[in-house]
Amino acid sequence: MASTVQFDLVSPERRLASYPATEVQIPGAQGDLTAMEGHTPTITSLRPGLLKVVSADGVKAYVVTGGFAEISATGVSVLAEQAVPLDEMTPAQMDALVADACEAAAVNADKDTADKAVADLYAMRAQAGI
Amino acid sequence: MPSLKDLKNRIGSVKNTRKITKAMQMVAAAKLRRAQEAAEAARPFAERMTAVMSALAAGVGTGEGAPKLLAGNGKDQVHLLVVMTSERGLCGGFNSSIVKLARLRANELVAAGKTVKILTVGKKGREQLKRDWSSAFVGHVDLGEVKRVGYANAQGIAREVMAAFEAGEADVVTIFYNRFQSVISQVPTAQQVIPAKFEATASTALYDYEPSEEAILADLLPRGVATQIFTALLENGASEQGARMSAMDNATRNAGDMINKLTIQYNRSRQAAITKELIEIISGAEAL
Repeated sequence: MASTVQFDLVSPERRLASYPATEVQIPGAQGDLTAMEGHTPTITSLRPGLLKVVSADGVKAYVVTGGFAEISATGVSVLAEQAVPLDEMTPAQMDALVADACEAAAVNADKDTADKAVADLYAMRAQAGI
Repeated sequence: MPSLKDLKNRIGSVKNTRKITKAMQMVAAAKLRRAQEAAEAARPFAERMTAVMSALAAGVGTGEGAPKLLAGNGKDQVHLLVVMTSERGLCGGFNSSIVKLARLRANELVAAGKTVKILTVGKKGREQLKRDWSSAFVGHVDLGEVKRVGYANAQGIAREVMAAFEAGEADVVTIFYNRFQSVISQVPTAQQVIPAKFEATASTALYDYEPSEEAILADLLPRGVATQIFTALLENGASEQGARMSAMDNATRNAGDMINKLTIQYNRSRQAAITKELIEIISGAEAL
C-alpha cells in the first residue's frame, strides 16, 4: 500500500471531493507538477487544465479553470474557481468555457494572460479529447 | 359595537391571514435550510482562501510595490458602500437593520468630509435609501431573477466594484450585510473589502511559492474580493430567510391571539343577545 496524501478539491460553492490519494497531478501556472506524500509545502496558482488524482480507486480527472493549490507534506487542497469531473463534462460545457475565456480575452487589458487562458483551454480540450 | 356578522367575517379574514403567514413561515424554514447548507458548503473555500491570503499578505507586506487591492491607492476620499439587502419584503427588521448601519456609516463619512457612493444589491435597500441618498447611488445589482445565488453573481458584483476601484472612482470599498447567527438573531455587519484587511495570523508552515509570492497574491486578491462578496451574499440569504421565518412566526402567533380575542368578543355579544331576548320574553310574560 502506497503512502497517501489527503486530497481536497473545493470550489467556492461546495466541497467537491475529499479522499486520500497516492498522487495528485496539478496543472500549475508554470507547468504541471505532481504532489505525493512528503512534498515540500508549496502554493501554486493553477492554469486551466486537467487535474488528475490517483487513488486506491483508480484515476480521477477534473477540469479546473483556475485558482490555486496548497500542497503540504500530508495533504493537497485545490481551490478551484470552477471544477467539473471530467466524465461529467459535456462538449457544450466545454464550449461555454472556451467562449467565456474568449470573451474575457476580448475585453481584458492584460492581453497575454487572457490569450494564454484561451490557449490553455484549447490544450486541455485536446488532452481531454472532448 | 360590531354586529355578530361583522365579527364572524373578521374572524374569518384573520384566520386566512394566519394560514398565509404560517405557509410563508414554512417556506422560509425550508429555504433557510437550503441557504444554510449553501453557506456551510462555501465555508471551506473561503476559510482556506483567507488563510492563504493573510499568510501571503503578511509576507509581502503593504509597503512599496504591494498590490493596490491590498495596500489601497493611498487615498481615503471616496468611499463606496455596497449595501446588500433582500429582494422581497415581509422579513421583519432584516433590511432596516442593514440600511440603518449603512446610513449611520454614510453620515459619519460625510461629516468627516468624505465622498460617499452607494451600490445597492437587492431592491428593498434601494427603496429605503432612495429618499436621503439617491444622489449617491452609482449602481444597482438586481438579484430578483436569481433563484440561487451562485459564485458567478458574486463575481459580477466584484468586477463592478474592482472596476470602480481601478478607475479611481472609489478608494475604499465596504460591504454591508447581515451575518447569520441564528434564526432570531442576525448581526448587521460592515466589512471592508478594498483595501483588503486581514487579521494578522502566525503562519505555521513555510511555503514555496510558484510563481512568486507577489504574483500569486496579485492573482488571488481579485478572487478574494469575489469570495468575500460571495460569503456575504450567502450569509445574507440565510439571514433573510431566518428573519422572515421569525417574523412570520410572530405574525402567526399574533393572528392566533387576535382570533382568540375576537372569538371571545363574538361569544359575549351572542350571549348578550340571547340574554336580551330572554329578558324581553320574561318581562313580556310578566306584563300579562
